Amino acid sequence: MSPITKAGFVIAGSLVMLAALSPLLASWDTVQRQELTARLEAPDSHHLLGRDQLGRDLAARIIYGARVSMLVGISVVAISSVLGVIIGVFSGYKGGWTDRIFSGFLFNVFMSFPGILLAIAMVAFLGPSIKNLIIALSVIGWVGYARLMRAQALKVREFDFVTAARALGAGDFHIIIKHILPNSIQPLIVQASLGMAGAILAEAGMSFLGLGVPEPTPSWGKMIDDSREFWFTAPHLFIFPGLMIALAVLSFNFIGDGLRERLDPKQDR
Amino acid sequence: MRALVLGALRRIAITIPVLWAVASLVFLLIHIVPGDPARQLVGENATEDQYQAVRREMGLDKPLGAQYLNYWQGLFKGDWGENPVTRQKTLTRIAARYPATLQLATASLLLAILISIPLGVTAATHRGSMIDGISTLAALLGISLPSFALGPLLILVFSVQLGFTPVSGSSGIASLVLPAVTLAVAMSAILTRVIRSSVIEELGEDYVRTARAKGLPESRVIYKHVLKNGLIPVVTVLGLQFGVLLAGAIITERIFSWPGVGSLLIDSINERDYKLTQGCILVIALTYVAVNTATDFVYRFLDPRIKLD
Repeated sequence: MSPITKAGFVIAGSLVMLAALSPLLASWDTVQRQELTARLEAPDSHHLLGRDQLGRDLAARIIYGARVSMLVGISVVAISSVLGVIIGVFSGYKGGWTDRIFSGFLFNVFMSFPGILLAIAMVAFLGPSIKNLIIALSVIGWVGYARLMRAQALKVREFDFVTAARALGAGDFHIIIKHILPNSIQPLIVQASLGMAGAILAEAGMSFLGLGVPEPTPSWGKMIDDSREFWFTAPHLFIFPGLMIALAVLSFNFIGDGLRERLDPKQDR
Repeated sequence: MRALVLGALRRIAITIPVLWAVASLVFLLIHIVPGDPARQLVGENATEDQYQAVRREMGLDKPLGAQYLNYWQGLFKGDWGENPVTRQKTLTRIAARYPATLQLATASLLLAILISIPLGVTAATHRGSMIDGISTLAALLGISLPSFALGPLLILVFSVQLGFTPVSGSSGIASLVLPAVTLAVAMSAILTRVIRSSVIEELGEDYVRTARAKGLPESRVIYKHVLKNGLIPVVTVLGLQFGVLLAGAIITERIFSWPGVGSLLIDSINERDYKLTQGCILVIALTYVAVNTATDFVYRFLDPRIKLD
């Protein structure tokens, strides 16, 4: 494993821990407590990352922001991968008209929208909430998994061991579970880690546009948008949340990229 | 020539069901609004008469089939609806903003190409070296850096501290620089990776060995022969990435108060002007489909071995 991939695992692991342990690291009261007299205060020994435009502790808000980021990222990857795997395997394994409808039409339609645009459209009409954000990002996320799994199913179903299994009387479900899925796990993990990076970035972007997590829950993207008026007088208000988003996205991209190279040494080499 | 025209017609025919589905999806959006969109628009304090008037005006009093038919008629006639309060026409507002978005996206695209070709080629020709490692790391950084953190940082340094460019707005070429750079960073990162892979693949081809054996200087081998073939797959990525640019422009326009369709889309969401939201989404999606179809044609011209289907 390359040092970059290892760094990815360490940073991503730390962020997941930060999200899981956030109630132990800072109280919800600290996240919400406003001290208008101390607004925009620069970082000091009491408030390591300073205070925001309402005098709230920025470090506490960033710690709780990790919860939203990880919750949305993990949920979106889980939902879209399950959905994509089912549709992709079904499409590739069945072939014929089923495949033409799914891969020839449905995949194309979803690919015809720049992903984030469809998510913006959905949240704009459904209304901003964590649930709607997860739904919207999953709706745009499943196609990547479906295309991958369709290609895997098309490939694996022609292998001799699948023909042998079929000759021995194995049913479709058995072949899919026992042969196609285990042979697709590795590219699926790569896709999931890149998908996690994409979902975290999309959540932050949507929250920045006011289409993500509503108040009072802190989200890194929303913290940057909320501090818009003070970007140049108190730059720590956008630099720290921006740094956290970049670290989170970078770590999962490191993992995905490293695993992809391990998986297919010919690619990119 | 006949084959080319037939191929083009076939490619356009494939686009038609996609366009239909995209437009239909946009139509359906208004029906996923929880509760009643007319009620959302007039607010809780409106009288029943006001509510019914807006409902009628939005066409929501008609059956779904009739609404769908009216929607398509409106699309073809250029009547995309109007704001029930300000009476501003949807299409007029979008048309006023569209050139600014295209300008931003095109400038970013050109900038990304200018950055990524030398970087990608250098990484490929120095494969496995430290330069290659740095280029890979820079590409991953570029993809991971959120534009809404990079944008303010660039404004802070180049506009506020150094005074090189305006902080926001669209007054002349100077104001285009920072938004275009912000938007181009992620695309340059992706393009650099694609160009690198493509050039590496071409470097292994027989014609490269022949060119080198003839004694051609390495720069000529790379820029005259390898790049010409190596850029063909990049064209497809450019088409796809242009869509990403259009979507990314929504965020960039908001950072820099750039008066494009992206910032109009966000305004329309905040104003609950559903027709305008639908219009903006449709225009961005249609541009994306058009650019990708055009990319396929260019691809076909560049490499006649590829058939349009």
